[in-house]
Amino acid sequence: MDLELLARIAPFIAEAALVTLELTVVSAVIGLVVSALVVLARFSRLAPLRWAAVAYVSVIRGTPLLVQLFLVFFGGPQLGLDLSPFTAGVLTMGFNIGAYMSEGIRGAILSVERGQSEAARSLGFGRLDTMRYFILPQAAPLMVRSLGVNTIILSKGTALVSTVGVVELTYSAQRLVTSTYKPFEVFAMAGAAYILIIGIISLIVRMVEASFDPSRRAPA
Amino acid sequence: MMLDFSQVPGYGGLILTGLLWTILITCLAGAVSILLGVLAAVATLYGPRLVSLLLREVAFLFMATPLLLQLYLLYYGLSQVGILLPAFWTGVIGLGIHYAAYNADILGAALKAVDPGQAEAARSLGFARGATLLHFVIPQAMLSSLPQMGNNSIMLLKDTAVLSVLGIAELVLNAQRAISETYRPFEFYLVAAALYYIVNLAMELALKVASRRAEVVR
Amino acid sequence: MSTQRPMVELRNIRKSYGTLEVLKGIDLSVERGRIVSIIGPSGSGKSTLLRSVNMLEEVSAGEIWLDGTQVNQPLSGRAFERHINGIRQAMGMVFQQFNLFPHLTVHQNIMIGPMRLKGLSKDAARQRADELLAKVGLTGKGGSYPNRLSGGQKQRVAIARALAMQPKVMLFDEATSALDPELVDEVNLVMKQLAGEHMTMLIVTHEMRFAAEVSDHVLFMDGGVVVEQGTPDRVLANPTEDRTRAFLRKHLSN
Repeated sequence: MDLELLARIAPFIAEAALVTLELTVVSAVIGLVVSALVVLARFSRLAPLRWAAVAYVSVIRGTPLLVQLFLVFFGGPQLGLDLSPFTAGVLTMGFNIGAYMSEGIRGAILSVERGQSEAARSLGFGRLDTMRYFILPQAAPLMVRSLGVNTIILSKGTALVSTVGVVELTYSAQRLVTSTYKPFEVFAMAGAAYILIIGIISLIVRMVEASFDPSRRAPA
Repeated sequence: MMLDFSQVPGYGGLILTGLLWTILITCLAGAVSILLGVLAAVATLYGPRLVSLLLREVAFLFMATPLLLQLYLLYYGLSQVGILLPAFWTGVIGLGIHYAAYNADILGAALKAVDPGQAEAARSLGFARGATLLHFVIPQAMLSSLPQMGNNSIMLLKDTAVLSVLGIAELVLNAQRAISETYRPFEFYLVAAALYYIVNLAMELALKVASRRAEVVR
Repeated sequence: MSTQRPMVELRNIRKSYGTLEVLKGIDLSVERGRIVSIIGPSGSGKSTLLRSVNMLEEVSAGEIWLDGTQVNQPLSGRAFERHINGIRQAMGMVFQQFNLFPHLTVHQNIMIGPMRLKGLSKDAARQRADELLAKVGLTGKGGSYPNRLSGGQKQRVAIARALAMQPKVMLFDEATSALDPELVDEVNLVMKQLAGEHMTMLIVTHEMRFAAEVSDHVLFMDGGVVVEQGTPDRVLANPTEDRTRAFLRKHLSN
C-alpha cells in the first residue's frame, strides 16, 4: 500500500463520503414519508387506495432503480420536470426505498396483528386505538430493524447516482482511479468509507431498537 | 411536451436484443451466484477455521459495499494486474460474486437448520461424510432456502441494469442507443422499465410455483 | 466355527461425556437370528448403547464386534471412514423420528443406498424397493414424498429403506415412540414379521408388552449399567431386582 497516495486521496474521499451520507439521509427521510403514506393506503378502507398502493409497490420493486433514476433525470424534462442530479437522485431513491420500507412496516404490523387485534377489539377498543396502544408498540422494534436494513441498502444504492453526475463516493473514486491508476488503493478506501457509513447506520438502528426494548425500560 | 411512442417500434429489434442479453446475463450471473454461494457456504461451515474466517470477512465486504464499486474495482483492477477480460465477463462475474455472498449467507443458515437426524440416517446407511453432504444435506438446504435465493435472483435481474455502465449492451444500454438517435428518453426508459417489470413478474410467478413444489422439505 | 460366532458382541463398553459416565461397562452378545430388547428409564443409556453399535456414538472404551469384524477399529482418518461406512452398510438403523429424506420420494429413499453404495442398477434397486414396499404393506406409495405419509407409514418406509441394504442386523431406536397410539401396531406388525424371518435385531423400546412378545432376551438398563437380563419371562414377569420391579410397576400401570 502506498501511504503517501492514501494521504493524498483521503480528503477527496472524505468529502465525497459526506455527499453519500447526505444522499442517504435525505433519501431516507423522503422514503419514511412515502412508506408511511403507502402503509396508510394499504390499510385503508377504500379499495382503490389499497389497489393503488399495491400497484405502486409492485412496480417500484419490479423495475431497476437505475432505470427509475434515468426515467426521472433524463425523461423528466419531457414532462417539464427539470431537476438537478442531486434532487433527481434523492427523489428517485426516496420513492424507491419508500416502497421497500412500506413492505417492512406492513410485515411488522401483520406479524403482531392477528391475535392482539382480536383481544383489543374484544375489550372494546376502536380500530385506531387498537393500532396505537397495542399493535404499533409491539411492531416497533421489528419496524426499526427493517427500516435500518432498508437504509443500509439505500446507502449502497446511492452509488448509482454517480451515473447522472453526482460527485459522491463512487464517482469520486472512479475519477481518482483514472487520474492515479491505483484502483486497489482508491476503491479500498472508498469501500472503507461505505462500511463506515453502514456502521453508523447500524449503530443508530441498534440504539433506537434498544430504546424500544421493554426489558430495558423502567416499569410504568 | 407530449409523450410520443411512434418511434419505439422502429427500435423494437434493438430493444428486444437488449432484453435477450439482459436475460442471458441474469441466467449466467445467477448460475455463478448460486454455484459460488453453495461452495462458499459449504467451505465456511465445514472448511478449515482459517478458510471459514476469511470467507466470512470477504462475504461481509461484498455485502457492505455497493455493487457498482465492486464492478469498477474488478474492471480497473483486473486490467491493472494484466488480466484482460471482456467487459461482458467482468460484469457477469462481478454480479455473480456479489450475489454469491448473499446466497452463501442464506444457504449457511439453511445448512445449519437441516435436521441432524438427516445426516445420521445417511451415515447409518453407510454414506461417507462428503456424500452425505452432497446427496442429503445440501439439496435439502437448497430447497428450504429456495424462496430467498429466488428473491436474490430477482434482485440480480434488476441489478443487471448497472452493467450498462461498463458498456455492456443489455437492455438499458440499447435503450440509451435508441435515445441518442431519437431524443425520446422518457418513452424508451419507460419501455425498458415495462420489460423489466414483465420479466420480474414472470420470475416471481416461477418462484412461487417452484417454492410450492419445494415445500416437501418442510 | 462361524455359525457359533455371535452376530453382535459388545465387550465392556464405556462412554463418558466429560466427567459424566453414561455407559459403565456393558457386555452383550447377540447370536445370529436372535432378538434382544433393551428397556429402561430415559437417561439409562439404552439409546446411547444402541447408537454406539454402529458408532453414531463414539465409545470411550471397550470393543464392538459385528459378525467377527471389530467395528471400533483403531484406524484414523480416511481409513476409518472407509471401514465404518462398510460396517454401517451391514447394519440397518431405524430412528425414533424416522429421518426419511424429505427431498426424495419413497422409492428414492429406499433406492438411493443400494444404487449409490452397492452399485445396484436402477431397475434392480426399483424392484427391490417394490418388494420391500409390498412387505411393509405400502405397495403403490413409491411415488409419494414423505410429507404425504402418516407417522406409521413413514416408519415402515424407514424400515424398508434399512432393509434395502440387506443388513445382517437391524437396530431399532424407539421406533414407535413418536407415533400416535393407533399407528403403533402397524409398525410392530412389520417388526414381528422380521422377527419371524429370523432377522437379528436389537430393539430399544418402552413397550413392555411388545418386548415380551417378540424378544428372546431382555436387558434392563439403569444408570449406565445392565441391572438385570434374561428371557422375557424372567425379566419382565419375575424380576429379581428392586429397580426392575419399580420400573415395571410404573410402566405397566400406565
